[in-house]
Amino acid sequence: MSETETYPAPKDKRLTEDEVVAQLSSGMKIGIGGWGSRRKPMSLVRAILRSDIGDLHLVTYGGPEVGMLCAAGKVSHLTFAFVSPDVGPAAVLEPHFRAARQSGAIECTELDEGMLLLGLQAAAWRVPFIPTRVGLGSDLHLVNPGLKTVTSPYGDGEELIAQPAIHLDAALCHLNVADERGNAAFRGPDLYFDDLLLQAAERRFISTERIVPSGDLVDAAGDITRLRINRLFVDGVVEAPNGAHPTSCEPEYARDEAFQKAYLGTAKEAEAWEAFRSEWLSFPTEADYQAALAARPTGDA
Amino acid sequence: MSDTLSSLVTRADVCAVAVADCFRGDGELLANPIGTIPMIGGRLARATWEPDLVMTDGEAALIANDEAVPAVDDRRYETYNPYRTMFDVVWSGRRHVMMGATQVDRFGNQNIAGLGGTPTRPRTQLLGFRGAPGNTINDTTSYWVPQHGPRVFVEHVDIVTGIGYDRASALGDQAARFHEIRRVVSNLGVFDFETPDHRMRVRSLHPGVSVDDVVAATGFELVIPDDVSTSRLPTPEELRLLTEVIDPKGTRLREVPEPG
Repeated sequence: MSETETYPAPKDKRLTEDEVVAQLSSGMKIGIGGWGSRRKPMSLVRAILRSDIGDLHLVTYGGPEVGMLCAAGKVSHLTFAFVSPDVGPAAVLEPHFRAARQSGAIECTELDEGMLLLGLQAAAWRVPFIPTRVGLGSDLHLVNPGLKTVTSPYGDGEELIAQPAIHLDAALCHLNVADERGNAAFRGPDLYFDDLLLQAAERRFISTERIVPSGDLVDAAGDITRLRINRLFVDGVVEAPNGAHPTSCEPEYARDEAFQKAYLGTAKEAEAWEAFRSEWLSFPTEADYQAALAARPTGDA
Repeated sequence: MSDTLSSLVTRADVCAVAVADCFRGDGELLANPIGTIPMIGGRLARATWEPDLVMTDGEAALIANDEAVPAVDDRRYETYNPYRTMFDVVWSGRRHVMMGATQVDRFGNQNIAGLGGTPTRPRTQLLGFRGAPGNTINDTTSYWVPQHGPRVFVEHVDIVTGIGYDRASALGDQAARFHEIRRVVSNLGVFDFETPDHRMRVRSLHPGVSVDDVVAATGFELVIPDDVSTSRLPTPEELRLLTEVIDPKGTRLREVPEPG
């Protein structure tokens, strides 16, 4: 052989927020990771907010991202078990989500929170449904009219709910640390359902507090059991320090209570929301948003 | 109970003890009381007669602490219990949850999803179904209502999130074999479903609460025994645990202020 074969380089999956959003389109069914006001991929949500895509179907253990996207008119459908900003000893309600639901602006598919897990798991495993006792006897069928039952083919003959697979066009999650190839780790208390959302989706994107060389992942994560997202299920990685703001990303940062309170207070009047959106959600880039945050007087939202 | 001690006992203490009594006999399962007084009552049960109860830190772990809400650095971890693992517990039947209820009816149907309007377009959107369908079909469930009133205790809930005895009965014995609504504890009294057709019954009324009070505050007809019991007061040891160990900051008094 006179010629030397050229080997391909490993994929470098690093993207910007706007490059991720360029791969999304109106009408998509998008899963969002985290839960409540915990480790939400908010820098990607902000990129959607400043884009022209809309008519989205969100699937999530919902927090303030649902309210923001609803208030901005980006949502036509929501699959959810709850939406809560999770403030204080008892979860308060998410006012922008409530306004959207009460006005009829969004259609909803309601689930028990365990059924949402099963729907994502079924999609991840490529089976049409997973049977469960959850939902029997409740009024879920009134707010989830497609829900059907299945009878056990075995001797018991038990009738169960057949939770259908929830296939996603795209999934967006925020992790504490990742490499440029799409491996990632959670360093906080809980992975939540981020791995399932990514496995259930056609296009899989993560944002992360920081990107490190692959060989440094274990040290950066703390130990190998935290390396729970792997590159088989990730198409793009966005380095987004403080990207979950205003939601929490333990142990890097807690929820920004003052900011979230200011946001939650904008639901009563359209002018208040427009002012908030104009001040905080209309920056041309995530870097501008983070710079504005950093420039705030201490304790001010 | 000496007069001196009884004068120190608050309505919130009575509520906490009533919650604790809900978990009596549960043995080694996950007692999962949600709310300020429910958590305090659950901790009290474990600190006394149910030492094998398993309890959460409210985040992603099961902890051994007696304090209702220990600081992160003070938590004594028994095991890791992330969100997803909770479903393994719930679906195994090894849990007794005490949830809140925006509405509850005479058969113990619960609503935390929405009020008024239609199911798909409620006049007032609440939290959502959360885990109520799965909790009530799989495990023993109790409810906590800190402000007993006719808009909470209603003839019919607007939408059934957690299923009551009439729904369970309609499902039949096979599907409903794990269903039990054990108690409803409110700031006025303790209620159960130990009647022939599982209608809600007054189990006891807290000291100072009359039958007329609770009838006026309830939007349906309660089963009222001829001889209505008075909710018990904490023992001296229980009161010491509540005030010195479990809730020394008195958070329970903010959830149920002293009447009058």
